[in-house]
Amino acid sequence: MRFSALRILSEGLTGNRGWRPHWRDPEPKSEYDIVIIGGGGHGLSTAYYLAREHGLRNVAVLEKGYLGGGNVGRNTTIVRANYFLPGNSEFYSHSLKLWEGLEQELNYNVMHSQRGLINLFHSDGQRDAFARRGNAMVNQGDDAELLDRDGVRKHLPYLDFDNIRFPVYGGLLHRRGGTARHDAVAWGYARGASDRGVDLIQNCEVTGIDIANGRVTGVQTTRGAIRARKVAIVVAGRSGQVAAMAGMRLPIESHVLQAFVTEGLKPAINHVVSFGMGHFYISQSDKGGLVFGGDLDFYPSYAQRGNLPMAEHVMEAAMTLMPMIGKAKVLRSWGGIMDMTPDGSPIIDKTETEGLFLDCGWCYGGFKAVPGSGYSFAHLIATGRHHAPAAKFRLDRFRTGAGLMDEEGTGAQHNLH
Amino acid sequence: MRLSCPICGERDRREFHYGGAALERPAPEAGAAAWDAYLHLRENPAGRSRELWYHESGCTAWLVVERDTVTHEIHGVTLAAGGR
Ligand SMILES: Cc1cc2nc3c(=O)[nH]c(=O)nc-3n(C[C@H](O)[C@H](O)[C@H](O)COP(=O)(O)OP(=O)(O)OC[C@H]3O[C@@H](n4cnc5c(N)ncnc54)[C@H](O)[C@@H]3O)c2cc1C
Ligand SMILES: [Zn+2]
Repeated sequence: MRFSALRILSEGLTGNRGWRPHWRDPEPKSEYDIVIIGGGGHGLSTAYYLAREHGLRNVAVLEKGYLGGGNVGRNTTIVRANYFLPGNSEFYSHSLKLWEGLEQELNYNVMHSQRGLINLFHSDGQRDAFARRGNAMVNQGDDAELLDRDGVRKHLPYLDFDNIRFPVYGGLLHRRGGTARHDAVAWGYARGASDRGVDLIQNCEVTGIDIANGRVTGVQTTRGAIRARKVAIVVAGRSGQVAAMAGMRLPIESHVLQAFVTEGLKPAINHVVSFGMGHFYISQSDKGGLVFGGDLDFYPSYAQRGNLPMAEHVMEAAMTLMPMIGKAKVLRSWGGIMDMTPDGSPIIDKTETEGLFLDCGWCYGGFKAVPGSGYSFAHLIATGRHHAPAAKFRLDRFRTGAGLMDEEGTGAQHNLH
Repeated sequence: MRLSCPICGERDRREFHYGGAALERPAPEAGAAAWDAYLHLRENPAGRSRELWYHESGCTAWLVVERDTVTHEIHGVTLAAGGR
């Protein structure tokens, strides 16, 4: 089932009775060439590119809940390529280019909106750091413009520029940054994969990984055993538990990150804006809700809900930066489980078990990575070779100390990112 | 979430700083694998977990907290130094 203007018009005139489910709901087969554990954004995009780029269609995605019920449907939808370090820089650049063609590629309206992202700075030192980041972005071939205070004022006249503690000095503008409709990204990849023959199997939790003589042979699930020649683990916050099924311990701690949304308001905030001095960032959804968030709660959690101190911190930061939103009513808040690595950068790699692959460690920034991660992970699974833009996302970098990618410069240690 | 500090009593979560999983520190000569495990690799349990917390805005003691990472329930708090 494909979308077109004509189709939407004719469905609209005939009571929208002709739409069909976007993907098949097959029974699991007893054997596949490739089994992907996890039907989040990354698992679905991996399946899509395995079929699309490598012609591998005897593939199943096993999801313990429903497609898109994990972090891919819980994030604040920011898409950007403003990373600084080699490794991250080329990867997110590649991913953003995939985003820019995604709607045509998938024939799916993912509402990708390149409305521009502005990271504010509030001191001379921060200006230097952002100037340097901007130069790295430009060197990578992406866009960045350093705005002074008046430059920011033209875009964001509503900020409290003269806040006594954190005056706005300027901002780094990344015009190609923006947002997308998170669920639609999962659904678009799901439909594309299903159409190409991939079996998407929901309510199917993987409970064991079968290994014989150092080679993966399949998985145990709540819907029976499934044999597979290759198995890919793509389960975000649950990476620790699933890797343990293969006898592995990962350099990952799972932490909770919260987000908040207000009632729908008239268009007011036209960009994605981040505060440089408190943990706060915001955008306005197409429905009008202000979508905002801050930092981790900073303790391990699988609860998918956070605590009030961080909610309070985020609201305080919001009021410091843009007092105008103070009367907006917060409708909902929620949390997601973040797979945090010691250096804050992800992992796309093989494991010591032959045929077992790992894609995890996306921390709080893996939504923008959905296209790039799927593309590069599919390449690794299909060819056995690392895809150039993701070649530095190695699992052994913590053990060896070589190739750590600590964007924040706080140290490659747990609980610092 | 509240923690019961053995010295200060029950206090708001905001007084504490989470300091990582409570692990045995290897001997200096234990070798690279042991140190890699200590510094990086985590059991990351969904359920009961042993963690270090620092009573930053209180008595500044380091605490070993047994906590459930799924329910946020606290099962026990002891002093890290000499408490075990
Ligand atoms: C509040 C919040 C805000 C965020 N904001 C942003 C943002 O603005 N920009 C950005 O780039 N990123 C953001 N992120 C991060 C981003 O959402 C994640 O990094 C990314 O979605 C993780 O990859 P995923 O989509 O594959 O994960 P998920 O959607 O979590 O997919 C993993 C799937 O694996 C399944 N699974 C787990 N265990 C098993 C098992 N045993 N068997 C079968 N299936 C299993 C889960 O049910 C889940 O569906 C945010 C995250 C949160 C929580
Ligand atoms: Zn105390």
